[in-house]
Amino acid sequence: MTEIVETQSAPAPSLGARLEIVPVVLFAAFAAAPLLASFSGAEGYVLSLLTRVMIFGIAAMALDLILGYGALVSFGHAAFLGLGGYAVGILASHGFEDAFIQIPVAILASAAFAFVTGAISLRTKGVYFIMITLAFGQMLYFLATSLAPYGGDDGMTLASRSLVVGADWLKNDFTFYWVCLLCLFGVYALSRSLVASRFGRVLRGTRENAVRMEAIGFRPFRFQLAAYVISGMMAGLAGCLLANQAEFVSPAFMTWQRSGELIFMVVLGGLGSLHGAIIGAAAFLLLEEFLPEILHTVSFFLSEETRAHLAENWKMVFGPLLILIVLFVRGGIMGLLRGPRHG
Amino acid sequence: MAEALLELRNLRKNYGALVVTDDVSLSVQPGELHAIIGPNGAGKTTLIHQISGMLPSNSGQILFAGEDVTHLSMPQRVERGLARSFQITSILPGFSALENVALAVQARSGSSFRFFGNASQEKDLNGRAMECLGEVGLGARAHIPAGLLSHGEKRQLELAIGLATSPKLLLLDEPLAGTGHDESQRVVETLRRLKDRLTIVLIEHDMEAVFSLADQVSVLVYGRVIATDTPERVRANHDVRAAYLGEEEMV
Repeated sequence: MTEIVETQSAPAPSLGARLEIVPVVLFAAFAAAPLLASFSGAEGYVLSLLTRVMIFGIAAMALDLILGYGALVSFGHAAFLGLGGYAVGILASHGFEDAFIQIPVAILASAAFAFVTGAISLRTKGVYFIMITLAFGQMLYFLATSLAPYGGDDGMTLASRSLVVGADWLKNDFTFYWVCLLCLFGVYALSRSLVASRFGRVLRGTRENAVRMEAIGFRPFRFQLAAYVISGMMAGLAGCLLANQAEFVSPAFMTWQRSGELIFMVVLGGLGSLHGAIIGAAAFLLLEEFLPEILHTVSFFLSEETRAHLAENWKMVFGPLLILIVLFVRGGIMGLLRGPRHG
Repeated sequence: MAEALLELRNLRKNYGALVVTDDVSLSVQPGELHAIIGPNGAGKTTLIHQISGMLPSNSGQILFAGEDVTHLSMPQRVERGLARSFQITSILPGFSALENVALAVQARSGSSFRFFGNASQEKDLNGRAMECLGEVGLGARAHIPAGLLSHGEKRQLELAIGLATSPKLLLLDEPLAGTGHDESQRVVETLRRLKDRLTIVLIEHDMEAVFSLADQVSVLVYGRVIATDTPERVRANHDVRAAYLGEEEMV
């Protein structure tokens, strides 16, 4: 008994060496993908799809940091994607096209927004926290739609991707891919360090029992606020990258549906493992991309007309499929990977 | 007489017309084990909540080590050395017993706004935590998730967590609640060891334990302190017998 229990008692962040294979494989796959893309014949398409996956992976991971480790369900995280995007767009339209100006501004703006809204939102709990973060997200969304000089509802097209110290390296899709991968890895490494640190331990403790944490002398609010700000900054970075990837920014970056998708990615991948969020983002976006074709293929026994209808209305399958995964696969995709070992 | 470590002055708490704590004045000397007894619903837990800062008081004063802490938050009181345990076990079930305690040590040793370095590997924190676990007799169970410990062990863990905050005064809210005979013996033994170096305020239903451990006993009935004295005198006190002990045929 004792032995079995002890093997399971490894502290939450270091899931044990045997599980570390998942992030290694994940990052190896991202690193190998550009090479394979060259052979696929649709290089541009594959690269841009995977770049999107990585960018949403960063955003989902940022959310996982507070959702999975702090049990703070932020329903307005897309706002930070928008902040990052608009920082790039607005600065570019005023002639500041260098990433070394845009990214710090975007991250600082996200931090400031997170600090102010977090300080207010974190005074509430549970459903109220969800609603108030949603409200702040919507506030920013409507602000963006009313920014007539910057495209209003229609958004704005960027003249080009951000420059790096005056050079237009990011124009190259391969270079941009590697930059995104580097950001993804950086954010992942930082997040891993955070959750295992003293700070992360307080955050995790607060998730389990906030009253106990106060009774041993912590003020949970400070730690939750700091985590919220860090998470917002990471999502802001993702917003910068997203604007560059699309070469376009619009209020659609920060609709509440987008916030919902981010939550879905995190839950789909498995709460509280960080790489699970990346896997969730990948699963979500790839399903969204390929489900119509998959449906068309697997329904070979139906009439051609029905198959076309099915492929056209793929969302009718997409929704229930996500719900089934969340309902029946405990711990999301990470739970599935972990499942057989724990029985 | 030395200056009291904890002093309550005319403390009051009411919910509308219901007075839960009614003009309670108490003083606890350094080194003393002060037990608070009383029938169910006497307001003992409410009083502990007020002292620890979980509940605000309507009026009155709480002085701790000479300082007015009436309006301080619970974390601020813990910083000053006022720790508590809970009647209903309050631990971090997903953390190992060791991490439960190490986190309490961490709260008192340097900033927790450290974003790098693995906290679960910090030797200073774990070393001190192991000492506390050893003190309550849980050393061998350190690596077991707290949620899987037996009820009695969880009660001991609560004690260890309280100790780990290096308190001057420990508020214990029914540490024996729901424990079996053997388990409660173990906790009583632990308390006996601790009372030599700590001031303890103990709320307890187990009269045998109270009378064997306490230096002073206060009796709380309907939110009022009707007697504060040595265990022997309280046992003999007529009002107390009438109000409380009489109901259970005197110990």
